[in-house]
Amino acid sequence: MIVNVEKCMHCGACVGSCPQNAIYLNDVVLEFTDDCNCCGRCVRACPVGALKLEVKK
Amino acid sequence: MKLKYDVVVVGAGPAGSLTARHAAEGGATVLMIEKKPEIGAPLRCAEGVSKEGLKKVGIKADRSWISADVSGARIVSPGGKVLQIDEKQAGNEVGVVLERHRFDKAMAADAARAGAEIMLRTSAVDVIKKKGKVTGIKARSYGEPLTVEAGCVVCADGFESQVARWAGIDTSLKAGDITTCFQYRMVDIKHDPEFCEFIIGSMAPGGYVWIFPKGDDTANVGIGVLLSKLKKPGEVKTYLDKFIAKDDRLKCGQPVEAIAGGVSVCAPLDKCIGDGFLLVGDAARVIDPITGGGIVNGMITGMHAGKVLAKCVESNDFSEAALQDYETLWRDDLENKLWRNWMAKEKFLTLPDKTLDSVIDTLNEVGVERVTVYNLLKAIRDRHPDLVKEFEEFL
Repeated sequence: MIVNVEKCMHCGACVGSCPQNAIYLNDVVLEFTDDCNCCGRCVRACPVGALKLEVKK
Repeated sequence: MKLKYDVVVVGAGPAGSLTARHAAEGGATVLMIEKKPEIGAPLRCAEGVSKEGLKKVGIKADRSWISADVSGARIVSPGGKVLQIDEKQAGNEVGVVLERHRFDKAMAADAARAGAEIMLRTSAVDVIKKKGKVTGIKARSYGEPLTVEAGCVVCADGFESQVARWAGIDTSLKAGDITTCFQYRMVDIKHDPEFCEFIIGSMAPGGYVWIFPKGDDTANVGIGVLLSKLKKPGEVKTYLDKFIAKDDRLKCGQPVEAIAGGVSVCAPLDKCIGDGFLLVGDAARVIDPITGGGIVNGMITGMHAGKVLAKCVESNDFSEAALQDYETLWRDDLENKLWRNWMAKEKFLTLPDKTLDSVIDTLNEVGVERVTVYNLLKAIRDRHPDLVKEFEEFL
């Protein structure tokens, strides 16, 4: 998961939307844990489009 | 560092602060932690609340945290039909528009005066469990590790609702039960400062656009869209920008603040307590699924939780059985309404713009002051037979 720090507003919409509880927002730093299964819901939940799913090849 | 309290509250929003205050007033030792460096900031809210709601939780309106008084609400349908509701009938989300930066601090101050301690820039990173019972939290305070042992952990961490999930209650939401929001504080606009406005229809799929006055030429102008209706990243902001560009009252204005956030619009959780922990506020998913308002509901849960915790301290019993009183009290106040409004939300989602126009017409025909479920359904049957099919399950 890639976070565009210039767009991110640290609002936590992704955190509460994550079915895996795999996102941690420590005030300003957004971290994804190993529980992330790349479902992509946070990408749509982000009000400003700050998240991008990049599939590893 | 290691600390010990009767109660540790994670999150210093209104629900957390009311829990902390009532628990401390009842004699509990209380620590409330807040991950941000400032309580009430940044804003995550449209700030509408009813005077009736504040009264319900024993809060006296104070000029220092009220930024506007409104006389009612207007619901505007896609075709421009307007339903005007005066303050008394509008429900929990109109009456006054708050200044949350000040309001949240005032609620925390009341908790402090009751004896609760507050730590800022302190975030929970996990709960501590012993033999299946929650006995405290692990946290970081100003970057340093901190352990807090507590009889009860209060999960008041808002929409993120992570502490509850660590403790063992699944608060995760379906995409159809999440609203994603974006809001500007706009200045130099030409709205009606007397009314909170809710604009419904397909320009805000599954949600609405709101204009909540903050003064003569200032308002919170925001949008909520249901996550299940979103297709592209960043679409919510685009929806709002489009709406503003088309609205003559708003397009002349400028933003002075932009905020974003998530709101749950789900049915009530099966359980909000466990051995050594309980959930309050947005973390307990008690936001009204129709309005998306959560301040009063959150404070109701906080008030009950704090009072029950004060009793638990006397017997030094924070087991699930001892916390059952809290579950009963908040459900008595809120559960039926949350279920009903969630069902109504699910219904409204399916209605096209034209039907929404007819619904607003029907409400106007019945007369807002006479709206009861019975009157409304009768009017639908008598005057809008085309709507009967839509509301069959309610008839």
